[in-house]
Amino acid sequence: MSLLEIRHLHKAYGDKTILKDFDLTVEKGDVVVVIGPSGCGKSTFLRCINALEEIQGGEVLIDGEPIRRSAKNISSMRQKVGMVFQSYDLFPHKTILENILLAPLKVQKRNRSEAEAEAMELLERVGLADRRDDFPRQLSGGQKQRVAIVRALIMHPEILLLDEITAALDPEMVREVLDVVMSLAKAGSTMMIVTHEMAFAKAIATRVLFLEKGEIVEESCDAKAFFEHPKTKRAERFLKSFEY
Amino acid sequence: MWDKTMVIMLLEGIRDTCYMTLASTFFGYVLGLPLGILLTLTDKGGLAPNKSLYRILDIIINIARSVPFLILLIVVMPLTKLLVGQSYGSTATVVPLTLAAAPLIGRMVESSLKEVNAGVIEAAVSMGARKRTIVWKVLIGEARTSLLVGAAIVLGTVLGYSAMAGVVGGGGLGDIAIRYGYYRYETGVMLVTLVFIIAIVQIMQGIGSYAAKKLDHRNS
Repeated sequence: MSLLEIRHLHKAYGDKTILKDFDLTVEKGDVVVVIGPSGCGKSTFLRCINALEEIQGGEVLIDGEPIRRSAKNISSMRQKVGMVFQSYDLFPHKTILENILLAPLKVQKRNRSEAEAEAMELLERVGLADRRDDFPRQLSGGQKQRVAIVRALIMHPEILLLDEITAALDPEMVREVLDVVMSLAKAGSTMMIVTHEMAFAKAIATRVLFLEKGEIVEESCDAKAFFEHPKTKRAERFLKSFEY
Repeated sequence: MWDKTMVIMLLEGIRDTCYMTLASTFFGYVLGLPLGILLTLTDKGGLAPNKSLYRILDIIINIARSVPFLILLIVVMPLTKLLVGQSYGSTATVVPLTLAAAPLIGRMVESSLKEVNAGVIEAAVSMGARKRTIVWKVLIGEARTSLLVGAAIVLGTVLGYSAMAGVVGGGGLGDIAIRYGYYRYETGVMLVTLVFIIAIVQIMQGIGSYAAKKLDHRNS
């Protein structure tokens, strides 16, 4: 059984189709990078996976179980899918530690001392252990995004969705965040990454999806080959646009 | 005129005014807070959109808010009598004051909760948080400064209403001001009560603003 299976996913806003008849299977340990021009449906696609978006057709299965917005088990299904957003979305009135502990304590009902120990361990890993009692406003964008990653990791998701997590960062902070993601990939985390950082995509991807107008135009299991010699003209044109 | 009984009367007036204001605001929140939460949840784009429920609550609040307080005071007298046993005095005034405050509070709470960044709410949803957790930990937790500022405004408004209740023997400083200033032409007494009312509003507003500032972690 695959970790994530998407069958005939159809997503539309009114008459406007965003994703049409989308199929995808993700296995444990895959690092799927999703690229494509803006407005091609990449973010919407990620948001459909943990049912942040209503879908108009098809289904999304995690461990063979469908994830549906109105289903009784939606809370436990969503816990299997961690998500990190472009705008960090940390809780501004909570300290870094409280930000991380909200979900393990209130959603998973874990024991505080155990969860706190894990939070500190994870903060240590991203180099922010000394910021535990700070508030988000005291952190830089890159630091906030690392906290957001920790906040997702502490839930022990089976798959992590990263939605343009460096798009709002100053260039010098992109690196520190990508390094964290890279170390997660090396540790075997399953991830789906929407990004515009092509060099990073090439380095981290085990699979690449190139999307345009809500469809998979090109799919490759060899990131290096895809970025150097894309098979389709459209992917080639897209990759060219990143060069000067 | 400034004898002991007058001083005692004024002190009692202050006490009654504070009592009416605080009690009504408290009961107002007991009714208004759930109302505000319900409005936020059921509105379009909320966590549990329900068009008809939102519409009904919306209309009820609009109607309740358009009734002038003085008229509300008289209209609800039978209810007041039923609940308190009499229709005059400061405890009796708490009933119409609460009914006037609740819809106002509902609206204030709604607008505060809607200020909470949608992305932050979505982050909580994506973690599998249930509505109850999101309401208490995210919506109310993150809107707390705005809620406190709102509470200070509500206190000032309710205090103003409580003074109006003096017209029908509602007790408190407003009652004194009307009895002495309006019926007996003792302008001095009226001005003194006015000063007290202003002072109380200032203190309440000050505490509210101070608390809100203390609890705000968004900016330095």
